[in-house]
Amino acid sequence: MDLPVIEVKDVSVLFNLNNEKIDNIKEYFIKLVTRKLHYNEFWALTDVSFTVNKSDRVGILGFNGAGKSTLLKVVSGVLKPTKGSVRVDGVIAPMLELGAGFDMNYSGRENIFLYGATMGYSRKYIQERYDEIVAFSELEKFIDVPVKNYSSGMKARLGFAIASAVDPEVLILDEVLSVGDAKFRQKSEQKIISMFDKGVTVLFVSHNTDQVRRICNKAIILDKGKIVYQGEVNDVCDRYIELAAAKKKN
Amino acid sequence: MKKFWRNFYKYRYLLYEIVRKNIKLQYRDSVLGVLWTFLQPLLTTLVLVIVFGNLLGKDSSKVLNYPIYLLCGRLLYDFYSQATKRAMRSIKNSASVIKKVYVPKYMYPLANVCSTFVTFLISLIVLVLFIAYFLIFSPNKPNITPYVFLSFVPVLVLLILTLGVGVLLSALSVFFKDIEYIYDVFCMMLFYMTPIVYNLDQLKIKSVLVRRILMANPLYSIVSMFRDCVLFGRMFNINHLLYSLAFSVVCLAAGCLVFAKKQDKFILHI
Repeated sequence: MDLPVIEVKDVSVLFNLNNEKIDNIKEYFIKLVTRKLHYNEFWALTDVSFTVNKSDRVGILGFNGAGKSTLLKVVSGVLKPTKGSVRVDGVIAPMLELGAGFDMNYSGRENIFLYGATMGYSRKYIQERYDEIVAFSELEKFIDVPVKNYSSGMKARLGFAIASAVDPEVLILDEVLSVGDAKFRQKSEQKIISMFDKGVTVLFVSHNTDQVRRICNKAIILDKGKIVYQGEVNDVCDRYIELAAAKKKN
Repeated sequence: MKKFWRNFYKYRYLLYEIVRKNIKLQYRDSVLGVLWTFLQPLLTTLVLVIVFGNLLGKDSSKVLNYPIYLLCGRLLYDFYSQATKRAMRSIKNSASVIKKVYVPKYMYPLANVCSTFVTFLISLIVLVLFIAYFLIFSPNKPNITPYVFLSFVPVLVLLILTLGVGVLLSALSVFFKDIEYIYDVFCMMLFYMTPIVYNLDQLKIKSVLVRRILMANPLYSIVSMFRDCVLFGRMFNINHLLYSLAFSVVCLAAGCLVFAKKQDKFILHI
């Protein structure tokens, strides 16, 4: 037992801010000739290393633009790091933005299967959990309505219900617990805590230190793409509150 | 390579779900629904038959059973152009998923080619109906022989070609949006370069060069093979097969290579 579930080693991510704007050939050649292609570079992460063992729940704290979402994208495999390596054992359920995999013209029912397939699950597997998903999302009445007519809260509920129903081994949460009304927020928090008993490993991004203390046992503070502090959750949260206070003073 | 297949196996349901979604959504909210798969080629072929078969004189269309001749070419061309265009836009259209969740990105162009292929297979029923009609009512009956069972060969070659071009374009269009506009023009040119409404032998082209250029088009070989099997009831020219197959395999290899090399950068551009 052994190998850590998530191993992030010396990961750096470079964004070329200019790159994103070039979308036609003419501009590309002009920039190539004038050597402006590598002009505006930005390291979103620099030499980030950490490991997460099985059943650890790691909170990731940091101010806006610290690289939290970039880090989660690297871990979930959406973004390839410019340098370094990432290794993850087991099935990841990414909840980076709930309902991102939905097709707007599809009904809720059809989207459940589509979203499941996006995570690599078969129709049969999802069918077995279908009732549970619908019940949890409380969308029984609207399940045959196209998702384009859903409110954002309804979409988030359905997305959370699907992603949490499939028994993932690694759960990646990016501020998902801040959507929906208070009742649903509480319900989803309980659902996540109930998954701990099955030994799920969690990466959790939030600005809410109370929430992090409730859910996590370890935490990391990111600032400007670097890990500035990591350790037990209460130490790190105290430290984060100090940092936030210091920042306010400046 | 082994890793690739394991990954493909894991996400096979995704391929199935996207194909299913594309087909289901294509005709949703239309009154006639899936009937359009037949009606559309039927009606457009009628227009072309009237324009090229009657109005413009019979010179260009001195082919036995011209409507079948035309339909063969049109169905194959339609599949090629629709599938490649959809595949080309597939990565951009799936940006919201690709940005948030890890999925094998080639699934999107692949699934779009597959779903168009399914509707193409359904629309072949129109061809069967046409042939049946002409067998019963036409004085010059189409020559249906056992060679008709070989018609899967050109269709298969076309599928490889379409997949190759689709995957290549899907990768390139992420970086250069211009390609979408250029390709629309290119497809229109291809429609007239491929003997769909005319017969190459009857054009009496004197310039050897122009003839060569027209024959270098792999769609020409594929369409000819298909017509040989379905309409003329004879074995196709093996050179057509060798040429179009080689062309298609090279396209597919080039497409996969470019896609594999560039796919990690997609997320920065979509």
